Amino acid sequence: MTMAAPPVDDRPDGPRGSGGDERLLRVSPLRTLLGRPELGAVVGAIAVFLFFSVFADSFLRASSLGTVLYAASTIGIMAVPVALLMIGGEFDLSAGVMVTGSALVSSMFSYQTTANVWVGVGVSLLVTLAFGAFNGVMLTRTWLPSFIITLGTFLMLTGLNLGLTKLISGTVSTKTIADMEGFPSARKLFASQLTLGDVELKVTILWWAALVALATWILLRTRFGNWIFAVGGNAEAARAVGVPVARTRIGLYMGVAFCAWVSGQHLLFSFDVVQSGEGVGNELIYIIAAVIGGCLITGGYGSAIGSAVGAFIFGMTSKGIVYAEWNPDWFKFFLGAMLLLATLLNAWVRRRAEATR
Amino acid sequence: MTARSTTAAVDGAAAGGPLVELDNVSKYYGNIRALEGVSLEVHAGGISCVLGDNGAGKSTLIKIVAGLHRHDAGDLLIDGVRTVLASPRDALDRGIATVYQDLAVVPLMPVWRNFFLGSEPTRGSGPFRRLDVALMRETTRAALLRMGIDLRDVDQPIGTLSGGERQCVAIARAVHFGAKVLVLDEPTAALGVKQSGVVLKYVAAARDAGLGVVLITHNPHHAFLVGDRFTLLKRGIMSGSHTKDSITLDELTREMAGGSELAELSHELERAMGDTS
Ligand SMILES: Nc1ncnc2c1ncn2[C@@H]1O[C@H](COP(=O)(O)OP(=O)(O)OP(=O)(O)O)[C@@H](O)[C@H]1O
Ligand SMILES: [Mg+2]
Repeated sequence: MTMAAPPVDDRPDGPRGSGGDERLLRVSPLRTLLGRPELGAVVGAIAVFLFFSVFADSFLRASSLGTVLYAASTIGIMAVPVALLMIGGEFDLSAGVMVTGSALVSSMFSYQTTANVWVGVGVSLLVTLAFGAFNGVMLTRTWLPSFIITLGTFLMLTGLNLGLTKLISGTVSTKTIADMEGFPSARKLFASQLTLGDVELKVTILWWAALVALATWILLRTRFGNWIFAVGGNAEAARAVGVPVARTRIGLYMGVAFCAWVSGQHLLFSFDVVQSGEGVGNELIYIIAAVIGGCLITGGYGSAIGSAVGAFIFGMTSKGIVYAEWNPDWFKFFLGAMLLLATLLNAWVRRRAEATR
Repeated sequence: MTARSTTAAVDGAAAGGPLVELDNVSKYYGNIRALEGVSLEVHAGGISCVLGDNGAGKSTLIKIVAGLHRHDAGDLLIDGVRTVLASPRDALDRGIATVYQDLAVVPLMPVWRNFFLGSEPTRGSGPFRRLDVALMRETTRAALLRMGIDLRDVDQPIGTLSGGERQCVAIARAVHFGAKVLVLDEPTAALGVKQSGVVLKYVAAARDAGLGVVLITHNPHHAFLVGDRFTLLKRGIMSGSHTKDSITLDELTREMAGGSELAELSHELERAMGDTS
């Protein structure tokens, strides 16, 4: 397959063939840093950290770190696949209610069949992945914008969550499954906590870290990752050189579904009962974390680590306001201001980075 | 030529006939007739040129060969077998590599990622299967260097390259992966004189290596320099088909412009020149 190209100008690899080139000015480490998508978010995170260190007394305590990280992880677990999807050029507005739906399926299936909760957890995985696949297949078949398609599935899932729960349980929340077989082990996997010194760390933080690492590996070092950037950057070109565009998109939506399942199981096993109306609005917070983290809303650019920094900013802000003993009503204002500032900073950094190449 | 690069061509030539043949092919976009009854042969070690004005249907023609569009009538034969290409991937797998006029590159991605897009080499297996980044970088640099493009940095986004450099990356990529047939849509349109020369030299070298080349161009001079066969398109219809020994450059130029129209044009231009002097 790798045929040698016919030599036209077969210059031997001279001394400058081995990497040096007089036209290439030495790239300073600072410049390399400026080229990273997550730089804006890191600067923002430092600013938020300093801000609350000054204004919230208990913010710097070790125990607060665990709380902030936990808040960040619950958003971060979903921000990772949403960032990948955004790099691939699409949105998923159904992500928030899909988390709730996934938890509801586990809980109600286990309760109704009175089987081991692990059966419910497994069924929930299949059902949630099917929702993701549905989003992806609809998108690739109909060519409608993902905004419309996932807005549709968002509304449908919201209705299904409420309607089916009422129909099956008779109320808006599920019945307790804490006394069922398999609950303790499932709780260990999805909702346990470990203590390091005087810091309490929830297991979601581990899930989050693992997902960020996995997504970074996929993005930068696998063929699928290459295709994600290509599909988001120029889908026509990607198709022309043989990238399976449809499969890539469906894969991305199933990635969102998988993480929604992880999130949903955490929800279920940490609270035991699930409110069927939860999750509405969270989809925007995932998108905000990804955008703050440097993902280009038009696709083709961004990183998983950036989404993690975005989620961390979210965690610091939501808990920092509590520690500062301010009215939590201010949270949304802060989040909005952060979004604007971070995107402006990202745009500015990217322009600088590209202009100086 | 290297021994490695000629083997593919020998395989193709062994069959004797053309590598790719279009027979009376038509293509409609809704009610727009883009092509009607066009025939074309591509032989191993030969360059078939397709000439025509803007909108004549040249790009449409190669999109059929590249698997991007399906023809509505007529036959597409690959190695003598009637074929309908399912996708660009299908065409690539059959050894037809295409460089598009609206270059198929992803601007924000680094040069080396673009070079291997869709055909990335990997190492390791199972969950540890990963891109062979070192090989990708090195191959990209070497392949471009062979074309006379000495890139500063294969890590820069391809969108920051000049038009000529980008064209050469696309051609180098097609040649690197193209086993038998190379299709080029106006590769010299956006290039300066020197870069055009480099591209044409490279096209000729690909032919000498035994590839069959389809070269699409507006420029009869470029076509005549390297081509063996010439197909002229006019508003979707084939208006002429010649081999190199049956036509001269003047005749080709005249036929392309439409004989009498050109005579009139030169007359007008002469008059204009006379006025200004
Ligand atoms: N996707 C499409 N839908 C409808 N009409 C199209 C489409 N693509 C091309 N056409 C029409 O088909 C005709 C041939 O177009 P084509 O792009 O093949 O011309 P061309 O010879 O490549 O021109 P140029 O020299 O400008 O590149 C034109 O009239 C064009 O408007
Ligand atoms: Mg064209």
